[in-house]
Amino acid sequence: MINLFNKIGQSILDLLEVLGAFSIFAGHTFKYIFVPPFDATNLLYQMREIGVKSIPVGVVSSFFVGMVMALQLGGPMEQQIQGISTFMGGGISLAMVRELAPVLTAVLLAGRVGSSIAAEVGTMKVTEQIDALSTLATNPIHYLSVPRFLAALTCIPMITVMAIVVGVFGGALISNLSLDIPYNLYFDSAKTLVRSTDLISGVGKTFFFGAEISLVACFSGFRARGGAEGVGQATIQAVVYSFMLIIISDYFITYIFQIFGL
Amino acid sequence: MTDSHITPQAFAGGLPRSGEPHIELVNLTKSFGPKHVLKGVNLKIYQGEIVYIIGKSGSGKSVTLKNITSLLRPDAGSVFIDGKNVHELEDAELNTLRKRMGVLFQMAALFDSMSVFENVAFSLRRFTKHSPAEIKDIVVDKLAMVGLKDVENLRPSSLSGGMQKRVGLARAIALDPEIVLYDEPTTGVDPILGAAVDDLIKTLNAKTGVTSVVISHDMNSVFRTAHRVAMLYDGEFRLIGTPDDFKKSDDPVIRQFVEGKAKGPIPIV
Repeated sequence: MINLFNKIGQSILDLLEVLGAFSIFAGHTFKYIFVPPFDATNLLYQMREIGVKSIPVGVVSSFFVGMVMALQLGGPMEQQIQGISTFMGGGISLAMVRELAPVLTAVLLAGRVGSSIAAEVGTMKVTEQIDALSTLATNPIHYLSVPRFLAALTCIPMITVMAIVVGVFGGALISNLSLDIPYNLYFDSAKTLVRSTDLISGVGKTFFFGAEISLVACFSGFRARGGAEGVGQATIQAVVYSFMLIIISDYFITYIFQIFGL
Repeated sequence: MTDSHITPQAFAGGLPRSGEPHIELVNLTKSFGPKHVLKGVNLKIYQGEIVYIIGKSGSGKSVTLKNITSLLRPDAGSVFIDGKNVHELEDAELNTLRKRMGVLFQMAALFDSMSVFENVAFSLRRFTKHSPAEIKDIVVDKLAMVGLKDVENLRPSSLSGGMQKRVGLARAIALDPEIVLYDEPTTGVDPILGAAVDDLIKTLNAKTGVTSVVISHDMNSVFRTAHRVAMLYDGEFRLIGTPDDFKKSDDPVIRQFVEGKAKGPIPIV
């Protein structure tokens, strides 16, 4: 029994240690955003890696999510209430704007970008490249974490906007082909139901998701130990913890946004 | 053992430019869990010296080097460079100091997302106002110093281990540092290249008066290159002296290490 309490106590201490270290890491990343030198080349490179290269993943997935929503909702809704499917455009658009596109994009990018960042930074850690940066008078958090953080913070909302647009069009296509809903009716319904505050709420939360993905991935990479196994563990941690953080924070951010009428 | 009896005149080769130590380890102590790696070691290294720190694997040589570069913090004791405690410096002061130091890592630690050129040019681009053409000339010059030509556009992954090490050395000396720290520069390179690396350490020292601290267990390299040698054993410096002192020592620990014998007081495991 004492052993059990010891283990529980140790686990709590370990968790607090990780949370404390993560808070310090995030604090240093915020601090170094405003410390020169400002490496625009590095930032643009990361925006290409994190943002531009993720566009196909986010956009194609969202297009099919829009289409499958039209398929899933159209028939059953029409069976229950005749004519209800004319609100299909509003329903799909509202779901895409407020929840589906932001969370789907964040989860997809946590997989693609989070794993890539954690593996790259983790490999740099175990091969002493991060030590080499320090000895070259370059703070590793400044050089590695800040550009990835800023790139994720700016690119993930932009990809989300693209995902929303494409997802809504995907829904329109299937609504038209399968349910014979005219495009103008679909988009009129979307315009009626979706307000600008929905867009602010949906896209607004992706700034938090972008920050979470990049910080968790960089932090996991910086804590990698050992060799290939350590890098693998760091990558798994980055993806799993990012997923969990996105889902959990989605609830709280939405709750707070609703308090502010968003 | 302390080296308080060692005077600047005690080492063979180039004489120091000052009586004050360039680098000084004072009672340096470091443990990892129950393992006491450094048990309060003391060492003075003078400007222009080539000092080798030798010892068997796991004896704390790299830990000593990482304490000098402030990559690790000691549990007790201090490292002074030009009289300043490196572990008490603010970030900006530490970075200023690090710009005066070059470090060659054991596995080279080249940035694998960059080309050879970008690796060597890294500090030049960040910390100097040289034009791109000047940086290119400096990079080509530094690569030539380490015996490399026409490799600027290659990725580190396409180089052999020995070539990577030489690129690492070119990167370490890109800013013409006053101190160069080498972590096993001849490990993993062929004997001819090993001798060339030794020559490079000596040439740099002779031309620029750079202070060199070399971690090694390559005794040929030690006898060819060192002004002074310090041997770590059981967390302490067993002997600090000239290469001749090591050749003449009757200490069975020193003899076993210098002669590379499996049997003796130094356990294999």
